[in-house]
Amino acid sequence: MSVDRAATPTTPSTDEFIKGLWRENPVFVQVLGMCPVLAVTNTARNALAMGLATMFVLVGSNVVVSAIRRFVPKQVRIVTYILVIATLVTIVDYSIAALSLELHKALGAFISLIVVNCVILGRAEAFASKNGLWRSFLDGLGMGLGFTFALLCLGAVRELFGMGTLFGAAVLPAAWQDWVIMILPSGGFFTLAGWVLVVNRINQGRARRKDAEAA
Amino acid sequence: MSESLASIFLSAALVNNFVLAWFLGICPFLGVSGRLSTAVRMGGAVTFVMVVSSTCATGINMVLAAIDAPYLRLISFIAVIASTVQLVEMFIKKVSPTLFRQLGIFLPLITTNCAILGLALFQTNRGYNPIQSLVFALGAGAGFTLALVLMAGIREKLDLAEVPQLVRGTAATLFVAGLLSVAFMGFAGLGS
Repeated sequence: MSVDRAATPTTPSTDEFIKGLWRENPVFVQVLGMCPVLAVTNTARNALAMGLATMFVLVGSNVVVSAIRRFVPKQVRIVTYILVIATLVTIVDYSIAALSLELHKALGAFISLIVVNCVILGRAEAFASKNGLWRSFLDGLGMGLGFTFALLCLGAVRELFGMGTLFGAAVLPAAWQDWVIMILPSGGFFTLAGWVLVVNRINQGRARRKDAEAA
Repeated sequence: MSESLASIFLSAALVNNFVLAWFLGICPFLGVSGRLSTAVRMGGAVTFVMVVSSTCATGINMVLAAIDAPYLRLISFIAVIASTVQLVEMFIKKVSPTLFRQLGIFLPLITTNCAILGLALFQTNRGYNPIQSLVFALGAGAGFTLALVLMAGIREKLDLAEVPQLVRGTAATLFVAGLLSVAFMGFAGLGS
């Protein structure tokens, strides 16, 4: 995260938003917050809900932490951040239960577990505690979108092969034999490994092209 | 809840292994499990924190039920876990400075290990009594240690193997984790 520490107000603030989407994607590049990534992505719908819930907490905690950053003593900052995050997660938990009980059941304890998602505490510590309100907001939004994007990538692949559907609608022909393993825990590991390979390949190709241009 | 204690233990340790079936505690699993000796010690520390925080969580649940404030549950759990980890850290520093240095940054990071908060939440959701909770915590700790040690053993061997540049690192670890998870599926039905 040395990149963030070096960030000076000279970089355009839109960059804080864009970096989370791909270049510093929390899941594919930083490999953070793995628990929800693997646990709730057996369908695209669950993945999207989890991504949005996390994004809300991420944006909220970034804004609050940034706003109070001058008043919090250094020794108790981590505890303070955790309490801020836990409060936001409780709000999300109760909101989801009120909006859709079925979704709340599907996600189960994993909504509460957003508290210990290292992406959120990581952004609070590495970015929001050192940057202004607007930048922290953009950073949270970008990282949240990147996180949601990664969850959707996994959820869509696992649902498509595991059940032949996408967002609950049948996509593959009825003759399709479901790959049951994809919706089981092991399928989560394999799918994520596959996506990491794809991302590595793309980034390698880019780096090579850049080298070729420089030469 | 009339589950027998043995079935709770076996279920938490093997059938529904916290790491390989529920994806709890993946971060230390992927991060710490590089060397066998560290993995064993880490497993021990996590098991201890699990037992202590599970006991505290039982107490918290009673208090919160008495004052009728379930919305404070998450905040109180996380506060208890953070203080337990702090306590363990001070204790280890005093008793064994060598172990303290070996565990390094991973000791405070136990706070954000979702296996521990997950444990507290699961035992609440299932309404375990204090003794069942204790057994559940021990089983979960054993399962976590087992997964960590297995993974570390495989990764020590994997270092000697010729892995393509593209797969090396995260992707290889994830493939191995997937295979381990398939293996643990073989325990399904045990103890029920």
